[in-house]
Amino acid sequence: MPVRVETYERLDEAARALASSRTARFLGGGTLIMRAVNAGDQSFDTIIRARDANWSAIRAEGDGFVIGAGVTMAAVVASRDLVFLAPVARSVGGPAIRNMATIGGNLFAASPYGDFAAALLALGATVNLAGSSGRGIPIDDFLRDRERHATSLVQSVSVPRPRDASAFRFVKVSRVKPKGISLMSIAALLPQMGGRLQGARIAYGAMAPTPIRVTAVERALEGQSLDIATIERAAAVATEGIDPPTDALASSWYRREVAGVHLKRLLSAERR
Amino acid sequence: MAKKPVRFHLNGSEKAVFVEDGQNLLDMLRRGIGDLTPKYGCGQGTCGTCTVLIDGEPHLSCLTLAETVEGRQLTTTAGLASGNRLHALQAAFMEGFAAQCGYCTPGMLMAAKALLDRNPNPSRQEVVEAISGNICRCTGYEPIINAILEAAKSGDARHYG
Amino acid sequence: MIEFRKEYFADERDDNLNEIGKPTQRQDALGHVTGRSPYYDDHLFDGLLHIRCVRSPHHHARVRRIDTSEADRMPGVVRIVLGKDVPQNLNTLLSLLDFGLDDEPLISEKKVSYKGEPVAAVIAESDRAARDAVAKVRVDWEELPAVFDVEDAVKPGAPVVNEIYPGNLFVYHGKYDHQKLRFGDVEAGFRQADRIIEGRYQMSPIEQAPTETCGAIAAPETNDRYVVYTSTQALFFSLDTTSKLLKMPSNRLHFIGGTVGGGFGGKVDSLHEPMAVLGTVLTGRPCKYMFDREEEMQVGAPRGAERWYIKDGVMNDGRIVARKFIGYFDSGAYTRLSSYAIIKGVGHLPGPYTIPNVYADVYCVFTNRTPATAMRGFGITGVDFAIEAHMDKISYEVGVDPIELRILNAYRDGDMKAHRRLAKNTALIECCQVAAEKAKWPLSRQAQQASSLRDGGGARAEMPPHTAIDHNGAVTGFTAGSYARGNKKPGQAQPVSMPQMPRHETAPVTPRYEPAARPQPQPAPVATQPAPPPPAQTAADARRTRFSSISGLRRR
Repeated sequence: MPVRVETYERLDEAARALASSRTARFLGGGTLIMRAVNAGDQSFDTIIRARDANWSAIRAEGDGFVIGAGVTMAAVVASRDLVFLAPVARSVGGPAIRNMATIGGNLFAASPYGDFAAALLALGATVNLAGSSGRGIPIDDFLRDRERHATSLVQSVSVPRPRDASAFRFVKVSRVKPKGISLMSIAALLPQMGGRLQGARIAYGAMAPTPIRVTAVERALEGQSLDIATIERAAAVATEGIDPPTDALASSWYRREVAGVHLKRLLSAERR
Repeated sequence: MAKKPVRFHLNGSEKAVFVEDGQNLLDMLRRGIGDLTPKYGCGQGTCGTCTVLIDGEPHLSCLTLAETVEGRQLTTTAGLASGNRLHALQAAFMEGFAAQCGYCTPGMLMAAKALLDRNPNPSRQEVVEAISGNICRCTGYEPIINAILEAAKSGDARHYG
Repeated sequence: MIEFRKEYFADERDDNLNEIGKPTQRQDALGHVTGRSPYYDDHLFDGLLHIRCVRSPHHHARVRRIDTSEADRMPGVVRIVLGKDVPQNLNTLLSLLDFGLDDEPLISEKKVSYKGEPVAAVIAESDRAARDAVAKVRVDWEELPAVFDVEDAVKPGAPVVNEIYPGNLFVYHGKYDHQKLRFGDVEAGFRQADRIIEGRYQMSPIEQAPTETCGAIAAPETNDRYVVYTSTQALFFSLDTTSKLLKMPSNRLHFIGGTVGGGFGGKVDSLHEPMAVLGTVLTGRPCKYMFDREEEMQVGAPRGAERWYIKDGVMNDGRIVARKFIGYFDSGAYTRLSSYAIIKGVGHLPGPYTIPNVYADVYCVFTNRTPATAMRGFGITGVDFAIEAHMDKISYEVGVDPIELRILNAYRDGDMKAHRRLAKNTALIECCQVAAEKAKWPLSRQAQQASSLRDGGGARAEMPPHTAIDHNGAVTGFTAGSYARGNKKPGQAQPVSMPQMPRHETAPVTPRYEPAARPQPQPAPVATQPAPPPPAQTAADARRTRFSSISGLRRR
């Protein structure tokens, strides 16, 4: 079953074509779809692509930014607006991958990929689908139902701007220096009001089939000041309710052992 | 299988070729054009051996749908030397023993060229970052990093033609 | 950076050579930096066909039935090859050296013993068409219990991985289920030691992961020959293996190689060349058979895992008087080169140390893991890790500085090694001294002044007065020969009768062998410190013997 390519000028046309076929996939940067094509993936026979320039735009809107799903990691790094996301984008692949990989694709990347999506999850982004006029889908819901969205085309992601630079932290833990695939990534949104954490959001990448929130840690942080005692309490519940995967990079046991250590370092802003 | 015409520039000269649906750029360059300098190493975006420049920026040709290069400017290692005159990077790789089995070398050279074109005086850390998507199994990277720094120092890198 | 230490062995080296010791440009460097070096996949053929294999998803399974009817009808499919299409579908690499029995098919017919083992090969007009057809081949598998641990695999009742060796153990010299080393009497050594120090060491398999994946392209030549472009690291090995599997005279095979995109040992297995030539024979067209990255990692043979048990008899001052090894090499499902790795490894025991009593039983074990093969120093690196980790353990337990411990026990020129050759060109002491100096690690004066050239030989050159031998692990029903030996027909050269293989735990012991050639009474274990024996040889004598007996080359 050779692969067919359909090219559309507009994104909504592409979205319709995608929605009408269960054996079609949308080509973003190619890092996931072309990899599957090269491997002879039998689950799809059609590649859909769009030439729509809007898909790759970054614009400010309200108290945040709307990032086109076709924006590459390199474009995020280069953006003056998305400075807070630059370290996240820079942690993805080498320069060539960053010139190709899109933030839309990252939402669909299977574990252990998807570090950018973990950051978007911590930031409380919303996912806007092409051809749907309604409000965006909270990224928590989107990731939870990711399978169901396989035939949806993501138009953009709306990301609220963190209140200040120190309120958003991200670390990608890899065994390969300087660059490797995640054995876990941690993204933390740590807004403070009067010295107390309020609405903290912690997300892990590579610790489940999709990026996930770490509610036990969030509960441990909520309403507390970010001091050593709080950090210790948070680290103690770092993997509560989480069943990390075993893959070629690390065992479930190892991920469980080190998660608290890395979380502690991130929360205490230790640089390694 | 449908064949589509694609036109682009490769190392400064215009090319036109028919591509198959789903064909990747690596395959198109190697089989369709006969430029054998980009190599297959993984087909997954892990090794960097197939790196080529598209409009001056490094891309993985194995993960690039061939037809998407319509109208773009491509550079491969075949376009580095001018006649018998080697590019500064090539000379530095030779002199610094930065190639052992040689299989990763074309990809490394492309990644390094993209860096030096943008940043003629990179720090060691910037060189490491620039080749962080390229795997070498022989050298241990040190000779490659040193060769790129050496090429930058020699100064021709920004003026090659 | 290479550093030449002129102060060591200076009189053994000429410094007026034109090339040696000076950097020289590689002859292939220009090809590499211009991207013109011709790797096997850089040979283009019009009408090239692509081969992809149907592989086992199971670690161990019987093949009940292979149904290719739907795949045969797929667009672009030219031919589907099964095991019955391979003229001589059983081989072992080292049969070319008359070592071991044919135990591995090119394409399996009845059973698979590792995940990824091929049971069919699709030849198609494009890589994609081949992959699509592979997905349509239906195999009726009967999954079998699998065994992944070397010691589990040799227990009674373990699943039989490889029918040629029903005990899951390679048979050495037609006689034993393991490779033996007996030098002196370890049990006597243990009795005389101040303490016994034991350790268990485990290494994982390591994938060579060459950047260029293994493969070959074959094409018909006009002179009734086949040209083969290949990534092989062992061109004549691959040529002869192809000749054997295809029952084709080797003068009809024109192999071209030499430019290898990284091998590290993983490109000696000669799986691709026979398949590519077979495809070309069957279709009359050029055929390429190439691992993709996933196959390279999953199916390509790694360095095998090893498990070592070391038991040492140690004196309180750190001298090692007895060392016993029990080793298990995980060969995976087939022999490939693990049998040879063990021969090499056992020749290397007990490491670069002079120990008067050494014993080793090393087993080449078949498990349902990916077959293991060569990788950089295989047979040596694993046991060296075990030995050196164990030296550190001794250092810790006895309280002797780890580097001094090594210098104390290091072999010196003229010492008798466990494989019954005199040690020559030894340099462990000097390596330790340089390493200590670079690490700013303080050494005693005595250790600083030690030399590989001094204090060896003499009593240390003696063979042990007696060596305890045994017939543990004796096997019947096997002959020492293989494919190439005797009057057996190719393809039928298997165990001469149903093998009766005693389990290696049962250990019939025979009386010790007292060699007649050594009537001298046993000297006390050789003390190297605190009072090393006087130099046994003059410096001139030492120099005269400092030539490697294998390569005939002098130390560089």
